[in-house]
Amino acid sequence: MGNKVVVAMSGGVDSSVAAALLKQQGYDVIGMMLRLWSETGREESNRCCTPDSMALARRVAARLDIPFYVVDAKELFYSTVVQSFMDGYAQGVTPNPCVICNRQIKWDFLLTHALTLGADYLATGHYARKQETQDGRWQLLRSADRSKDQSYVLHVLTQEKLAKALFPVGEYPKPEIRKLAGTFSLPTATRSDSQDLCFLAGEDYREFLRRNAPEIGHPGPILTRDGKVLGEHQGLAYYTIGQRKGLGVASPIPLYVLAKEAATNTLFIGSEEELGRRELIAKDVNWISGETPEESFRAEVKTRYTAREAWAEITSYDVNQPGETFCSLRVRFDMPQRDITPGQAAVCYDGDLVLGGGTIV
Amino acid sequence: MVDHIYLDYAATTPMDPRVLNAMLPYFNETFGNPSSIHRYGQQAEAAVESARETVAAALNCYPDEIVFTSCGSESDNLAIRGTALAMREKTGANWILVSRAEHPAVSKTAEQLVRHYGFQVEWLETDGAGTVSPETVKKAICKDTAIVSVMYANNEIGTINPVADIASICRARNIPFHTDAVQAAAYLTVDAQSLGVDLMSLGAHKFYGPKGVGVLYVRKGTPICPLQTGGWQESGLRAGTQNVPYIVGFAEALRLTAEERTHRIARVRPLRDRIIGTILEEIPDSLLTGHPVTRLPNHSSFAFKSTDGNLLLTLLDGAGFACSSGSACKTGNPEPSEVMTAIGLSREWGLGSLRVTLGAMTTPAHVDAFLKALPELVKKSRALS
Repeated sequence: MGNKVVVAMSGGVDSSVAAALLKQQGYDVIGMMLRLWSETGREESNRCCTPDSMALARRVAARLDIPFYVVDAKELFYSTVVQSFMDGYAQGVTPNPCVICNRQIKWDFLLTHALTLGADYLATGHYARKQETQDGRWQLLRSADRSKDQSYVLHVLTQEKLAKALFPVGEYPKPEIRKLAGTFSLPTATRSDSQDLCFLAGEDYREFLRRNAPEIGHPGPILTRDGKVLGEHQGLAYYTIGQRKGLGVASPIPLYVLAKEAATNTLFIGSEEELGRRELIAKDVNWISGETPEESFRAEVKTRYTAREAWAEITSYDVNQPGETFCSLRVRFDMPQRDITPGQAAVCYDGDLVLGGGTIV
Repeated sequence: MVDHIYLDYAATTPMDPRVLNAMLPYFNETFGNPSSIHRYGQQAEAAVESARETVAAALNCYPDEIVFTSCGSESDNLAIRGTALAMREKTGANWILVSRAEHPAVSKTAEQLVRHYGFQVEWLETDGAGTVSPETVKKAICKDTAIVSVMYANNEIGTINPVADIASICRARNIPFHTDAVQAAAYLTVDAQSLGVDLMSLGAHKFYGPKGVGVLYVRKGTPICPLQTGGWQESGLRAGTQNVPYIVGFAEALRLTAEERTHRIARVRPLRDRIIGTILEEIPDSLLTGHPVTRLPNHSSFAFKSTDGNLLLTLLDGAGFACSSGSACKTGNPEPSEVMTAIGLSREWGLGSLRVTLGAMTTPAHVDAFLKALPELVKKSRALS
């Protein structure tokens, strides 16, 4: 393998430092930025591909004396990430666009471009680590700085892709990365961290859906599990599992969103005890080792990017459908878990090691 | 890092060392302000006026018909806006005739005159080679026309327009005619008399001069008002202390170009012809954009069907070849350029454009290396688009 690497740059501090570190380590570094989709008229607010971010990324590339190119992925980003975001809400689930972006944009479209350009690796500013086992397999690990760990969205990586991935910032704590940005005199050193989804332009997702998918906001009944009607909801998409505020229901005890049933457009709510679930099923499972575990095993499972992992017994099984086979998994937690949300990913960990995961159904 | 081969002379050229040497004394030795009364000023003024004479000789015009500006775009702005406003004041004329395949310095100025100044614009259609026919101008021109602007040679596709014929149509109607000769000046004669133009824009960096200096030729008697007001420099058409070293550089670069033009053409044309012939033969679904014959001798431009032109440029750069296109821009926006649309290319072709322009440093070995690398890179960018 050579040492040519494409760094996915966003104009943020992490990817800038990633590029600087690789350059310092002697890699032949090329900066690449994806031109993603923004709502018409709100291009300025998109966090990661505004003219501002692009100018910053260019300045960083110039500072590091590396070539820099922009690759257009606008239509692809819309048709995969944004469309599935809206479709997901229309189907009553809470999609995770970052997972889809990592699977289809960063680690497919961009990786292909990087390889076409003759690169041996694609690097990103993700907080994660990888290591090689003695028998030549690649493992994905959480970042050294647990509070910044982004391995959750990278559970979609296969052996083939992980072999070509580099995560230069994953070894460092975040404050160290900021310090390094200063040391390297990068213009992004003081830029604030990105929050939330890039195409939401800093807004609540509900506002985005009202504008871009108004058809999905049909009012419907709010029911308890035993069928008591407590009120009317504004559209399932506007509620999240575990949500307590803004339900518009008067009750002596705090009530939470328990489930969303798209078929009947029903929002189920109930007490905190009812919120807990011990079991989940996930589909489209990827095992990073490339091998589906044949026996049940114990591991920690994380059900949201921000959730705490919890111990569970995991069973992986193949579902055979005409023409295709896909992998699913069943997770049985030791303790009931709050906020298990269809559409989010369930990711399994063995300590720092990311085993794999899938989409909660 | 690969050795880079520069094939983008239409974008800009490296400065001729002889030009640099001519400029150097005017930074800190002869540094005076040309408007000053004292000897320092007089020496600087002499340098500017001598440069003006040199340029006038190359353009076959009077020195006081030369206005030094900061670049070709400024010259275009001054010509279009300055003359449109002055003509309206003089005759009430309110129409601007501009070709569809112009540099944005011309087309955006026309659009602004429409939006903010109440002018009306008629876009002159081109044929499939990007040529504006004199007939088209003849049909569109009328007594309400304030200015006609048709570029001498197109930057993206290299096509040379019949500027002299168009100029004589305008002359017969007594309507000012401007040509953007920024791209043409490196290889075509810019004789204001034989071309018969009233206004002509040039920029030094296209012919081995410095960036940051241009010229507008303004035929005596052409209605024009300044855009930048202030002092009386440049006959009152362009206020501001003259950029003495750059003006000297402009004149020296143009003088050398006029002197060596035949030789320069003889050097690049065969190389250019080999590029065109080989690409059209070896790359399937490729076509030459612009006129096959009536085009700049250093200029070749292509469209490849179903190809991501932006990616192709990226791959070329990665392989060490600096080229350009009519669709790619640094921000990754893949829209085809207005010129590609004007010559009737569909999106399928227009997105896959490539411009290869040669110049002083281009060698046969460069061309060989380029032609050897290109087919594979086109294939790669097709695979991903």
